[in-house]
Amino acid sequence: MTTPGDSAAEIWPLWEVFVRSNRGLSHVHVGSLHAPDETLAVRNARDLYTRRSEGVSVWVVPAAAITTSDPDAKGAFFESPAGKNYRHASYYSKSEGVKHL
Amino acid sequence: MTDAVNKDSIEVDAHGHVAVDVTTLDAELIEGPSVATPDVAEYALWLGDDSLVLAQQLGAWISRAPELEEDVALGNVGLDLIGHARSLLHYAGTATDRTEDDLAYWRTEPDFRSLHIVEQPNGDFAHTIARQFIVSHYLFELHSRLRASADATLAAIAAKAVKEVDYHRDHSTQWVLRLAQGTDESRRRMITALSDLWPYVEEIFRDDPLIDRLEGIAVRPSSLRPAFDAAIAPVLAEAELEIPRGFVASGGGRTGKHSEHLAFLLAEMQVLTRAHPGASW
Amino acid sequence: MTSTITPDTSAPVAISVEEQQFNDLIEADSRIEPRDWMPEGYRKSLVRQISQHAHSEIIGMQPESNWITRAPSLKRKAILMAKVQDEAGHGLYLYSAAQTLGATRDDMTDALIAGKARYSSIFNYPTPSWADMGSIGWLVDGAAICNQVPLCRASYGPYGRAMVRICKEESFHQRQGFEILLELMQGTEEQRQMAQDSVNRWYWPALMMFGPPDDDSPNSAQSMAWKIKRHSNDELRQRFVNMLVPQAAVLGVTLPDPDLHFNEETQQWDLGEIDWTEFHEVLAGRGPNNAQRLQRRRDAHDEGAWVREAAAAYAHKQSARTEEMAAK
Repeated sequence: MTTPGDSAAEIWPLWEVFVRSNRGLSHVHVGSLHAPDETLAVRNARDLYTRRSEGVSVWVVPAAAITTSDPDAKGAFFESPAGKNYRHASYYSKSEGVKHL
Repeated sequence: MTDAVNKDSIEVDAHGHVAVDVTTLDAELIEGPSVATPDVAEYALWLGDDSLVLAQQLGAWISRAPELEEDVALGNVGLDLIGHARSLLHYAGTATDRTEDDLAYWRTEPDFRSLHIVEQPNGDFAHTIARQFIVSHYLFELHSRLRASADATLAAIAAKAVKEVDYHRDHSTQWVLRLAQGTDESRRRMITALSDLWPYVEEIFRDDPLIDRLEGIAVRPSSLRPAFDAAIAPVLAEAELEIPRGFVASGGGRTGKHSEHLAFLLAEMQVLTRAHPGASW
Repeated sequence: MTSTITPDTSAPVAISVEEQQFNDLIEADSRIEPRDWMPEGYRKSLVRQISQHAHSEIIGMQPESNWITRAPSLKRKAILMAKVQDEAGHGLYLYSAAQTLGATRDDMTDALIAGKARYSSIFNYPTPSWADMGSIGWLVDGAAICNQVPLCRASYGPYGRAMVRICKEESFHQRQGFEILLELMQGTEEQRQMAQDSVNRWYWPALMMFGPPDDDSPNSAQSMAWKIKRHSNDELRQRFVNMLVPQAAVLGVTLPDPDLHFNEETQQWDLGEIDWTEFHEVLAGRGPNNAQRLQRRRDAHDEGAWVREAAAAYAHKQSARTEEMAAK
């Protein structure tokens, strides 16, 4: 299932843009834009999404190339972690008060 | 201003109030402590007027570009150039106690020092790109060398400008490739544009007695030609474009002899300011 | 369509699991994301509102870009250029949000240049003087911010996120407009007149930007139920006027409403009668600059067609070449 909004009918395809705002941080999705190819897409992304020095790195991905999980299967897809509280540190309460744990 | 904590942090609350925190801003203009000598001021005018005239032309594109993304891109280029123009004109003005605006708005045509190539009209997108391609490549070579100027202010201006014009060079290169090898129509337009603009290339690299007097401070225009030719050759080759032959325009911008276009451009740029002498904006 | 919000209790309607999920998310003040199920009416409303908003940003570039080449100082020229460029950026953020709902930019653009889509009527007024750059920033952008800040919490995720970016950037727009007017008001007699004349022309149209009065606003109730919109038109308009009055005093300009007065009881500024006939005229396409604005957009689009085609053709050739190389 691809990302919404992409349309083969458009003369310039849609690209999703991700910006790393600072070293040490992940690239975060900021929006999308149109460009004829990846070379101009990354430049358009720089011009559009980093006008106020918001970024140190930019990724562009063709919207059509993104695969997303199926929202209708949300329950099945994201149910599993529930009930597995032992994956979280706060589950282990007996060590409370012991330092460096 | 690369540090995220220095940026405007804006609180938007549900009640319609927008609060802006204090922020650390970069200096808007590059200003040195020094006062320019008359010769240095003249040289700063050369460069400042080129950037100003070109920025003025690019400003006219905004809201008219072939695609919205390109409105933003051309706007960025124009804004960079206005910044260079302001720093250079500010510095030129220190010699005669004039402001950047005194120089931009209150000089008439013969006192401008711009090259004919920047005065050429926007034309269609191909003409604007051809002009950008030539001028950005020249400006990149110029500022690369000017960074080593013995004049600290010019060197500082060039150090900032070179990174920006490097991007302009790339922007125009990308478009030269696409227009030259896109459709038949775009190729035809690109070839026409390049041959319309090429006659004005020679003037860019013409030396002048002023340069002899600024040894170590100014960059000798003729010395930039080999690097310019070497930089554009592979792009033109990839685009399968030939360097146009034909006449060489007479030029003369550096001594105040301008193309017919400049007077119209200045009339528009200066009209409001001149209607209100002494006013502040 | 309204049944999803206020089910008809007399005849219980079975609503689907998805619909229940949608209603629960709205109820919980959570966000709807692009691939979630949503009622068709919700989708349509959003596409209409977001694309109109995007068109407004794009058409809104024109009245100001008129002055870029004539800005009276280099600093003002740079600011104005940055501002108009921001508007192109805001249009793009919004088109991209609308696109997540399945609308294509081409379709939205076609609707705009064919004169079928709406945009904010305010941009159909002319900008004959430099002071209009001040009034647009102070009054028009000011009104826009009042309208837009609550939209940062709109129930549709991509719209809310686009609005957060826009609101952050717009705060500079309003301030620079205020500064332009302040400079003029502190300047020569001619400059002061220029400023006052401009405020006189923009004040009422800016108030009309909040839309018709609440009892005459067809789409408002549903939009509020869906939490796309959070405050009524009149509420926002009142809030705006309350903010303007002290600001006008700082500027030293007079707001052109002889009936404007402070109401001790409500602690609000009561305004005079708004002339809605003018609003409807402009909305109907009979404003001073409707035709010109659309023509310019159409020209830019048509004249740019060969460039867009060239870039697309180049991209096809390049990828064909890459595939050919890979095949060898």
